[in-house]
Amino acid sequence: MSSPSPTAPPRSFVWSRRIFLTLLTGFVLLPVYVMASSSLKPLQDVSGRFRWLPSGLTVRPYLDIWKTVPLAKYFVNSLIVAGAATVLSVVVAVFAAYAVSRYRFRGKRVFTVTVLSTQMFPGILFLLPLFLIFVNVGNTTGVALYGSRGGLILTYLTFSLPFSIWMLIGYLDSVPRDLDEAAMVDGCGPLGALFRVVVPAAIPGIVAVAVYAFMTAWGEVLFASVMTNDTTRTLAVGLQGYATQNDVYWNQVMAASLVVSLPVVAGFLLLQRYLVAGLTAGAVK
Amino acid sequence: MTPPTPAPTAVGAQAPPERAERSGPPRARRRSSRAPGWIRRASLPYLLLLPALALELLVHLVPMVIGVVMSFKTLTQFYIRDWTTAPWSGFDNYRISVDFSAPVGKDLLDSFVTTCLFTVASVALCWLLGTAAAVFMQESFRGRGLLRALFLVPYALPVYAAVITWAFMFQRDNGLVNHVLHDQLGLGGDRAFWLIGDNSFYALLTVSVWKGWPFAFLIVTAGLQNIPKELYEAAAIDGAGVWQQIRRITLPSLRPVNQVLVLVLFLWTFNDFNTPYVLFGRSAPKAADLVSIHIYQSSFVTWNFGTGAAMSVLLVLFLLVVTGGYLLLTSRGRKSADV
Repeated sequence: MSSPSPTAPPRSFVWSRRIFLTLLTGFVLLPVYVMASSSLKPLQDVSGRFRWLPSGLTVRPYLDIWKTVPLAKYFVNSLIVAGAATVLSVVVAVFAAYAVSRYRFRGKRVFTVTVLSTQMFPGILFLLPLFLIFVNVGNTTGVALYGSRGGLILTYLTFSLPFSIWMLIGYLDSVPRDLDEAAMVDGCGPLGALFRVVVPAAIPGIVAVAVYAFMTAWGEVLFASVMTNDTTRTLAVGLQGYATQNDVYWNQVMAASLVVSLPVVAGFLLLQRYLVAGLTAGAVK
Repeated sequence: MTPPTPAPTAVGAQAPPERAERSGPPRARRRSSRAPGWIRRASLPYLLLLPALALELLVHLVPMVIGVVMSFKTLTQFYIRDWTTAPWSGFDNYRISVDFSAPVGKDLLDSFVTTCLFTVASVALCWLLGTAAAVFMQESFRGRGLLRALFLVPYALPVYAAVITWAFMFQRDNGLVNHVLHDQLGLGGDRAFWLIGDNSFYALLTVSVWKGWPFAFLIVTAGLQNIPKELYEAAAIDGAGVWQQIRRITLPSLRPVNQVLVLVLFLWTFNDFNTPYVLFGRSAPKAADLVSIHIYQSSFVTWNFGTGAAMSVLLVLFLLVVTGGYLLLTSRGRKSADV
């Protein structure tokens, strides 16, 4: 973007900027470097004194991570849970955001404020009751929510929902109303207009919301640690399997961390622009 | 065109509205039948909101109400199978939680104070780093786009992957931190423990800031784009230097953005569970015993859910009061600034 001041910044500014940004980059990248370099180190490099440079490179950790703990199973569980939560969350959020964006109705403000305010409550507050509800629902109806992927999907879905709705309202507001009015004149109902005109026009925003929802579900630890059992365990909990054993294979922990981070970091960086626009729209408005 | 593809997958919690909506479009033509159409149009927004509302109710609001009820019960593992049969205990759980002369209350108070200190320090540092980076990167320079993407990596990384890496770096014998401080810089006598004892507070703070500042950076960057360029041009013509422009224009213009940002950072940091949980495991050291972890432990380790619920309710009351007070103060400030 163009520079705000027509004159070149003074040297003091340029140098402060250089020093500050260099230090900050170092701080940000340090763990990333540790993660990447340690994942390629032989075991003796990570169990002895820390080494900046590996004594030798090996891909063994990347082969071993699948055997030390059932990482593939955790991976699949995480994919199912995060994937399902994302799809459902986006669909529900599109409906809600469309209503808020296009209609005037009583209770609109109450709805948006209530939904957003659920964000401020600590997870711990409804973790215990939700745990009990799931256990009790299972006992009385036989529908296993506790320990099942379904229960976790249901929970994660609501975690991303408030912010997704909030972001989507902004995106849908930016789709010109003339478009859906034209569609309605052509004989579409409101929902026809939503799916044939508004949704296609808001695809970047919807994708951004989907990435956000996926990241939220992929990274959650608290509920995953309580609501899963051996068969439904997700990566968030499973990754600690390397660390709770007597001997910690740090090279494997780092390799596994890198592997589980790749999908979300790649997705985030690819769609960065849309996501950033959506994440910031609410706060700046 | 066929009905939207996502619809079939969404059947379940929100089946009724879906069906109602799908039958809508063909008949929803204008002027077909006035009264039902009018009713349909009036109820449509509510139908659209229904799935979201139902889910929020189910997963957030109902459990919250139950949590409040639970806090008045003696809920130990014997009653887990049917919590409604647990005996009522009046305000006992609350009394235990705030009896600061007994161990339970004293520990909760310590944890609360630790959390407050931690939150203030973390929010301040996140805000500072985020704002400084955003302001420094307001003007274009070579490599800015790349740097921006790099800075978002801590935000994009899954919490557990990032925090477990930090846990490795903080290891006493084979970690990077002690290697740099002890072996390379020769500081201090013995290798320090970072994940147990008093140092754990700083370890937690470091990780929290590392993870949290990119969000501040994002929000402030967006806020900067809303400042009209004419302001800077006018200031430059008046002879104001870059530093002065930052002080006189940039920072004051960011005020409304900061109001929201600080509140969000505060709530997230205060309620953070994931970072300490992954960094320390189930038992956080006393110096870094955040209140979320503390409640988790006193519930799932001792299996006394009633006291845990009472602590949660107290925590929420505190957050409500702080948030309410903050909003009241800042909105009043904003109004008087507008006049």
